[in-house]
Amino acid sequence: MNQPVPSLLNRLQLAFKVLLDASFAARLQAPEATPVATSPAPEAPAPSRDIHSTDPAAALQLLGLLQQEARFVDFIEEDVTQFSDAEIGAAARVVHEGSRKVLHQHFSFAPVREENEDSRLTLAADFDASAIRLTGNVVGQPPFTGTLIHRGWRVTEVKLPKVVDGHELNVIAAAEVEL
Amino acid sequence: MSSENACYSIGIDLGTTHCVLSYVDLQQSEREEVVQHVFAIAQLTNAGSIDEKLAFPSFLYLPHDSEFAEGDLALPWHSNNKLVAGELARTRGVSTPIRLVASAKSWLCHSGVDCRAQFLPLDAPEDEVTKVSPLEATIQYLNYLRAAWDYAHPSTPLSSQPLTITIPASFDPAARDLTIEAAHRAGLNQAILLEEPQAALYSWIQSSQGGWRKQVKVGDIILVIDMGGGTTDLSLIAVTEQAGDLVLNRVAVGDHILLGGDNMDLALAYVIKAKLAAEGKNLEPWQIQGLTQGCRVAKEQLLMNADLAAVPIVVPSRSSKLIGGSLRTELTREEVTNTLVNGFFPEVGIQEAPKSRPRTALTKISLPYAQDAGVTRHLAAFLVRQVQATAELNGFDPLINHQASFLHPTALLFNGGVFKSPALAERVQTVLNQWLTAEGAPPARVLQGVDLDLAVGRGAAYYGYVRQGNGVRIRGGLASAYYVGIEGAMPAVPGMEPPIEALCVAPFGMEEGTEADLPTQEFGLVVGESVRFRFFGSSVRRDDPVGTLLETWSDTELTELEEIEATLPADNYQVGEVVPVRLRAAVTEVGTLRLEAVPRSGDARWQVELNVRTREE
Repeated sequence: MNQPVPSLLNRLQLAFKVLLDASFAARLQAPEATPVATSPAPEAPAPSRDIHSTDPAAALQLLGLLQQEARFVDFIEEDVTQFSDAEIGAAARVVHEGSRKVLHQHFSFAPVREENEDSRLTLAADFDASAIRLTGNVVGQPPFTGTLIHRGWRVTEVKLPKVVDGHELNVIAAAEVEL
Repeated sequence: MSSENACYSIGIDLGTTHCVLSYVDLQQSEREEVVQHVFAIAQLTNAGSIDEKLAFPSFLYLPHDSEFAEGDLALPWHSNNKLVAGELARTRGVSTPIRLVASAKSWLCHSGVDCRAQFLPLDAPEDEVTKVSPLEATIQYLNYLRAAWDYAHPSTPLSSQPLTITIPASFDPAARDLTIEAAHRAGLNQAILLEEPQAALYSWIQSSQGGWRKQVKVGDIILVIDMGGGTTDLSLIAVTEQAGDLVLNRVAVGDHILLGGDNMDLALAYVIKAKLAAEGKNLEPWQIQGLTQGCRVAKEQLLMNADLAAVPIVVPSRSSKLIGGSLRTELTREEVTNTLVNGFFPEVGIQEAPKSRPRTALTKISLPYAQDAGVTRHLAAFLVRQVQATAELNGFDPLINHQASFLHPTALLFNGGVFKSPALAERVQTVLNQWLTAEGAPPARVLQGVDLDLAVGRGAAYYGYVRQGNGVRIRGGLASAYYVGIEGAMPAVPGMEPPIEALCVAPFGMEEGTEADLPTQEFGLVVGESVRFRFFGSSVRRDDPVGTLLETWSDTELTELEEIEATLPADNYQVGEVVPVRLRAAVTEVGTLRLEAVPRSGDARWQVELNVRTREE
């Protein structure tokens, strides 16, 4: 799965466009037929991609979890300039411990690259540009050889709680009133 | 149980602080290749939020009408749900304890309360909260587990799978009965019972994939120490041989000790509270809660890592001012060592018995927590009391046993979250080995390989699989002999209770699915009236056959249990008629004790009620 694959919706749109528009179909066939060429062919206008905004529900949910377990929003929203490092450090423990719990409970992580950081590695021509970012002296043709600065993180599993329909997710922490 | 859609053997660890459900895939398992899972239980973790967790906290929260918004409590299988149980109940209960039902299981084995009476939560205002009984709470937990399972497995509902529910080995017959009654009322009529330390050992056997036969030998005595959140449970299992196969015999179980990991966290919190008070900082009740939680985490770090001298603890503020309002302190290694290692597991001699304070006459109704927190003292008392436990088994050298002042275990199996801290397990092992060395016995080794949190649930599911003929079964039977009190014939002396004799009705070691002989002694029961008998159990009198009549006994020999009650309905007799009956005991396949009144002639049988706790007229 190294090449980005169009989503089902994109593929359907593409299929209809091909069916209904003969000239578009002809244009499309040319670059698709040739395998990855060494000399770049003249850019054909790429099929339009659907750009959409993401659903805020999952983001609100995660924010809610971080607030409940780690007091995340409280911590970030507080003005730290007036406090000593010791005071900030004490609060940071709450945030660290809680955030860690949330992260470990709801996500599984794996490094993108298993090699040790600072070690040398070689990237083959078909490396996944969405998972590996080249920096520094980016010139020439692959294979590229360079130093692994950061191993990267990949989320391998997301296990967010399910939400009851109609539940107000914007309230990430309910106000507390003691009677 | 041979229902056609029985695909899984299910085990439920119905714990004091949380429940675990595990299942063995019967179709995919073969002999020692067992395919087993722990069921992730969907539960509310916050209002409107449902998550799956391996543990289901055994709590109910009885909310106020205006506490939750419409739909906040909806469950995948019940959109109009109003019941708050599990994780959400536990977290809500921290800030509103008066509405929290906790430790229902400990009440089930509490003599002196009626477990059908609605008195939980104890501190809830009567006119505000509709209280529930310990039995009802237990039914609710089982109902919940059933619904969660059925939703995830619609074609293999829980009620049609073989089911094992675990109970403390120290549960008395009445508490076992109540657990089975709860299962029946949750529609789980097929449930059978298994003692938790046995379940832990089953889990150890299962996880060894056959290797256990190389790790134990004939003559071994395995001491299982199961320390959960609220209780400590002890059992001894002896290894014998029959026709070339190793046989496991559960030879003794300990008393019901209400002492567990939660007590340890609380103890540390109070140490820190006193330290802060000395600095002039007084804590609010809600801060104690936060402190207890902080101590739990800090304790585990200190006990896990011997290089740490102290771990900081922060009690977060309740307001949104986190940085300014939080309280910072630290837990030191010395505090943990003094409070936990030396406080709960003191280095004591084998003859040191648990201390007990006389209870004050006017006690508020409460759980009978252990008065002595010294687990090692409870252990010493148990081993001394059970010195004869293996006397009649083949393969055990009676000579050694005669010179020993206590039973010498050769292996140790730990279970329960407490022992995730290696320092605590090591201390128990050290103390035990000191006792053993002093009597010239070899040190006991530790059996490894069980998951300390999930072993009981896993072992219970595996037991259901073993019962179908797929592995070794632990021989158990009654771990006590049972006696009915008879008032001796003697002229009444003013101010003196009439002397009482104890008649053995169920001998020690009675196996499941067997009936005891009929004792020769008869009782006259008045038709239409209920008669109560005093009831006793003994975990040390192993040789009394049915009909044995004890005139005297020491307090350590016989323990008085709740009274039992026999009622003769007026079906075949005249009301007021006196019918001579004898009492016959049976141990059911399920694992409960049944007592029946049997008249001299005819086929009629009347069940004797074991659960009559203080239902005073």
